[in-house]
Amino acid sequence: MSSTDQHQTVSPEATSEAAPDSVHHAPNTNDSPPAKSSGWAIFLFFMIGFVGSLLAGWILFPELLYSKKQQPIDFNHAIHLDLVDDGCESCHYFRDDGSFAGMPNLDSCIDCHEEAQTDDPEEIKFVDEYVTPGIEVPWLNHSKQPDCVFFSHSAHVMGADMSCESCHGDIGTSEHTRVYEENKLTGYSRDIWGHSISRLGKPKPGDPLPMKMNDCAKCHEEETGHKGACFQCHK
Amino acid sequence: MKIDRRSFLTYTTVAVLGGAAGSMLTPVPWKLMDDAAIWTQNWPWTPVPEDGEVTYKQSVCTLCPGGCGITVRLVNDRPIKIEGSKEYPVNKGSLCPMGISGLQYLYGPSRVTSPLKREGNRGEGKWKKVSWDEALAAVSKKLAELRSSGRPQSVACITGSDQGTIPNLIDRFMSVYGSPNFIRSATANDAVEQAVYLTQGKLGTPVFDIENANFILSFGSGILDGWGAAGRMFNLYGNGKQSKTIIQIEPRLSDTAAMANQWLGINPGTETALALGLANVIIKKSLYDKNFVENFAFGFDDWTDENGNTHEGFATMVKDFTPDKVSQITGIEKTEIISLAMAFARASRPIAINGRGQGDMPGSIDESLAVQLLNALVGNINKTGGISTVPDANYAKWPEVSIDAIASKGRQQPRIDGAGSEQFPNTRHLLNRLPEIINSAQGDSPVQALLVTEANPMYTLPDTAATKKAFDQIPFIVSFSPYMDETADYADYILPNHSSLERLQDVPTVAGTSRQVIGLAKPVVQPMYDTKHVGDSFIQLANSLGGFIADAFPWRDYEKFLQATLKDQWRDLKKKGVIEIDHTLPEPLAFTFNTVSGKFEFYPTARNNAKQKNHSALPSYTPVPIEGDIQRFPLVLVPYDAIRLASNHIANAPFMTKTIDDTVLKKQIGMIEINPKTARKLGLKEDATALLTTPKGKATVQIHLYEGIMPGLIAIPKGLGHTAYNEYLANKGTNFNDLIGPIADPGSGLDMAWGIRAKLIRV
Repeated sequence: MSSTDQHQTVSPEATSEAAPDSVHHAPNTNDSPPAKSSGWAIFLFFMIGFVGSLLAGWILFPELLYSKKQQPIDFNHAIHLDLVDDGCESCHYFRDDGSFAGMPNLDSCIDCHEEAQTDDPEEIKFVDEYVTPGIEVPWLNHSKQPDCVFFSHSAHVMGADMSCESCHGDIGTSEHTRVYEENKLTGYSRDIWGHSISRLGKPKPGDPLPMKMNDCAKCHEEETGHKGACFQCHK
Repeated sequence: MKIDRRSFLTYTTVAVLGGAAGSMLTPVPWKLMDDAAIWTQNWPWTPVPEDGEVTYKQSVCTLCPGGCGITVRLVNDRPIKIEGSKEYPVNKGSLCPMGISGLQYLYGPSRVTSPLKREGNRGEGKWKKVSWDEALAAVSKKLAELRSSGRPQSVACITGSDQGTIPNLIDRFMSVYGSPNFIRSATANDAVEQAVYLTQGKLGTPVFDIENANFILSFGSGILDGWGAAGRMFNLYGNGKQSKTIIQIEPRLSDTAAMANQWLGINPGTETALALGLANVIIKKSLYDKNFVENFAFGFDDWTDENGNTHEGFATMVKDFTPDKVSQITGIEKTEIISLAMAFARASRPIAINGRGQGDMPGSIDESLAVQLLNALVGNINKTGGISTVPDANYAKWPEVSIDAIASKGRQQPRIDGAGSEQFPNTRHLLNRLPEIINSAQGDSPVQALLVTEANPMYTLPDTAATKKAFDQIPFIVSFSPYMDETADYADYILPNHSSLERLQDVPTVAGTSRQVIGLAKPVVQPMYDTKHVGDSFIQLANSLGGFIADAFPWRDYEKFLQATLKDQWRDLKKKGVIEIDHTLPEPLAFTFNTVSGKFEFYPTARNNAKQKNHSALPSYTPVPIEGDIQRFPLVLVPYDAIRLASNHIANAPFMTKTIDDTVLKKQIGMIEINPKTARKLGLKEDATALLTTPKGKATVQIHLYEGIMPGLIAIPKGLGHTAYNEYLANKGTNFNDLIGPIADPGSGLDMAWGIRAKLIRV
């Protein structure tokens, strides 16, 4: 770091008073080495930057990266789960060809909700804004994967006999929809990366599991002994 | 601490470095790197296939006359894949590249998305979007004007088919309006059906029961190159191939020839002589079917008419076509001719077929007759594994409505194309003659308004320049094309039809299946654009013309017309998607013929023989007088068809063009096939650029040396050289029709040209 005539004799403590004078009687000491004290200032500014970026990175960044959205309808899973016979699969069913239907569409809802059954404002909103005009609800999917990922629900649920909860948490018993945190860059849910920005630690009981590729690989390694081949998911 | 410029810079730098170091211990760089990668996957222009429920819909492909059954896979109502329908009787699961890439016609950039009115000059591509009401009103106003001026016959309509309810509806419209000029595009079946009519007295679609034959003698038919229903032909090369012998006769090693058991390179245009030569051997060696010939045929031996004149019979006539003579004409070894004739006659179920390439060029009546008679010699008429006919579909015949004097007078005028006239009594359509007739007409063009649907004459008619000149003289051209093809591009109004996957229509198979097959093409998707079913357009035109013309079309729309026309077949067709009717009759009923003699006529008495040699109606071999002086044009240019090139009115989809080899098309330049020997004489090397000239036109081509073509011959593919459609197709290669003109068969008027003289100069 180059020395400066202004700083040569200035200690960090004396900076404010000494500096103006030093300018005037400095010419003779022009090329003397920098004083020790300027190292402290440098360290201080380094630390300001260092700590600042740590704080920004860990606290501010997640706030900036994700926008918060509400589902179009505050859906009550708990009520529905009580009423149906077939658990989650009553609405999130497998089609005849084995593919998974995912979010139910209006056809599935219309049998019961052609007209509002209660005076719940959310149900009334659902009927008025979606059922009656025949518009599909633009649900925000917390588990949506990129197009390059081939995931078979069938292999996991039917083949490996896994429960829905083992990946999706206890969404089935929730009375309200969660806030959907959307990654502003990718458009996917924060759930995919996991709530912890560091991806350290385990999700709280009942929370959905993160769904990045490493998460798939980790589980596959534990359960099957190997991470699996690329083409199994990236067809 | 005093902060001046230097210290400010220092501390800022230090803070930035600190920040940078710190950030390495935060998730920011790592998370952003990951997110950025995913962000790149989701750019709005990156196509992402639809996710959702998969369903399948059955329909029939209408991109070519083949009429193959298709299964369309849809995700959330969006068609995403077309496959051959396994259950459909024509193609049984196979499908050609055009059918497979059918979605590109639906979504592709060539679609005409709304009615258009021409703004600039013809072909300039300047259009104004207009409403359907405006477009239909403009067309009906023009039609009404021509009617009130007493010239309804000056309205002509060019269609791609005359089978099925859409052509029926248009034909009815033309007839009620007062014009006889409903003209269908030419196919090789025109000549074959005429040969069938002349020998059997039956009108209908010719049948080639190839599935049940075991020895297929193909006179240049591109069995694997798109002849007939391509999907159906592919099945010959599946498991059943081992049991069939395929002999391919053509001057070029096509894909069909390469896959055949034997390829016989023949001098182009001499197929008739070979057929007669084979007949010669079969008769001489007494290998013909004596039961059929003696009991059910007429004119095999010499015969005497009621006036006491003796006529030469077929057996006497072919005596002249000795293997020696035929060998000289065709260039095929004498021993080959003899062994081929014997193999054909001795096969248990032989069949001879003709129609060059994909079967778009009719060829001479002599040729079709000679091939027909070859089948008759082996008793292969109306038999399993043979040649027969299916009658037109049994549709409701709508009563004639009482028309006024103008319409009646117009309808009685002779057809502009001369079909059915005294000169060409047995021909139904002669589109190839139309340009010449318009161009040579004195005064006004005989066609004052032209309606074009399912046809692209500006591209498919031989001699494009003459066609263009003729169209320039037609004051009013309306295209109903769903795609911006060459003819649509040259029209005054475009009233776009729904594309094939959006359209309802019945599809009677014309591709020669042994049983009559009527399929139902159902819309697999809602119309994507502001288009209208061509049937509805004609019904609405009739309604706006009013009076008895409107009365002749009491149906609300095409669907109602279709239901009413199919009568009790409709329910079946709707339910099953296809009706199959077996018309085969047991012997000897199968051998009853509607000819004058009541027999199969080796001597076709119904033939207009005024222009024949010695006024005999027997097929004879006269070389087709191909255009061009041998001194100026030392080479002979022939076209070839390939399964990856669509040469009919609907052009290649981008997927198909992608699959073309660089021996066919290199960048924008079309390749010409030439034998290395010929090339050496002309000083041409592989990839050299050359100027190809014929009496009709010229084109810049690139040389491809090919051992599979006869010396002295050059070949270019059909289906390239489009000027319209889209950037993926236009201006690539050469349109063969720019380089050739039609040659009318003297007896039928059908185009019998198979090639043209040419020269090739290195540039």
